[in-house]
Amino acid sequence: MDYVFHWNIVFAKMPQLLHGAFVTLHVSVLSMLLGIVIAVLLAIARMSDSKKISLPATIWVEIARNTPALFHIYMAYFGLGAFGIHLSPYFAVLSALVFVNAGYLTETFRGGFQSIPPTQYHASKSLGMTSMQAYMYIILPQMFRRIYHPMTNQFVWSILMSSLGILVGMNELSGETQRLQSLSFRTLEFFIVAAVMYFIITRFVLFAASLIAGRVFRGDV
Amino acid sequence: MIEICDVHKSFGDLEVLKGIDLEVKKGEVVSVIGGSGSGKSTLLYCINGIEDIQQGKIVVDEVDVHAKATNQDRLRQKLGMVFQQWNSFPHLTVLENAALAPRIVLKKSKKEATEVARQELTHVGLGDKFDEYPSRMSGGQQQRLAIARALAMKPDYMLFDEVTSALDPELVGEVLDTLRMLRDDGMTMICVTHEIGFAREVSDKVAFFHQGIIEEIGSPEQVISNPCQETTRKFLSKVLH
Repeated sequence: MDYVFHWNIVFAKMPQLLHGAFVTLHVSVLSMLLGIVIAVLLAIARMSDSKKISLPATIWVEIARNTPALFHIYMAYFGLGAFGIHLSPYFAVLSALVFVNAGYLTETFRGGFQSIPPTQYHASKSLGMTSMQAYMYIILPQMFRRIYHPMTNQFVWSILMSSLGILVGMNELSGETQRLQSLSFRTLEFFIVAAVMYFIITRFVLFAASLIAGRVFRGDV
Repeated sequence: MIEICDVHKSFGDLEVLKGIDLEVKKGEVVSVIGGSGSGKSTLLYCINGIEDIQQGKIVVDEVDVHAKATNQDRLRQKLGMVFQQWNSFPHLTVLENAALAPRIVLKKSKKEATEVARQELTHVGLGDKFDEYPSRMSGGQQQRLAIARALAMKPDYMLFDEVTSALDPELVGEVLDTLRMLRDDGMTMICVTHEIGFAREVSDKVAFFHQGIIEEIGSPEQVISNPCQETTRKFLSKVLH
């Protein structure tokens, strides 16, 4: 044990690390929000009686859940590049995370929808609500409440998986850490600090989510 | 007026309604009685268009419920419905439960919608529960909430689907009292019910359903007190003790 820690080098690069952390937060929060919207639509599509509507949703879910997230990032970055569509590292990672988030959340949401008695929908319709209104005001609020905890797991997953951006040269926290440590060779110090920052980001996002949940979810479902 | 002409309804191979004819005039109270699986509740679901039909026609105030051109969401605004399971919206307070549809469907202002909701809730005796959540209330209270919620839409007709069947016996009375009150207000009602005594007391017409057809229909005196069909007599002897 004669390793000497040199923290000052890391602290000197704090602005860059913080910037990387911000990009990580940015891409993962955005991927969750977009993933949630798409997953609601996919979950509704999957429950459709029409094969034409449910099949594309099923294919999306099966691919997203049964292949590595890394491959989706490669597909978005290098794969689309082969067809002349050049995404920046940021958008390649964002679209891959959205794709996988939507796939996983679809199954969570589908379970959530199915746990709400169909009579809630009937009661809404009997009051003259359109299907859209019944979903917006009655079904979705109850569904989100029930699947809140599994959904937050996906939040954490997104934050941590955005670190795969390192492989396509994205300047998120891992990419930034990788670049800075290669300049100084203080690998251990940089990655320890980055790990602490990941931890803080996930705790922060979970805390923010619970604050929003506390405001939105009232009553007993 | 609700006109039901030769309505047939099947679930897959199972024909539940086998040619129902029934007419409900403005201000009338019609009770539908009969055994489980006789198609009583299905008829209500068909009247407000939650279920489609395979043959025949249901016309509400000159509007064919199942015609392609009919806007069923709009039609349902005048057809209030209360279910066996009260279906309160658990994430909303009592007041919000009753004010939501007037606000988003009838596009009333928040103030107006809340005012209507308050009135109807007070009318059914829930004037002290506005800020309560439904899960903290008894089944009877939740069923009265469901009635007030439907009434807040100012419907022309009310459809009641066995609204006392899921209640504890001691809570049945308060809900029946609410229905009596509506009858006295002049509301047009179709009540699918197992409360034979109640049906005899409040109805202008009683229809006895048996295996998907109306076996007997007439005044309560005719159908309940002096039934002429053997099946009606058998049914009544089982439920009246």
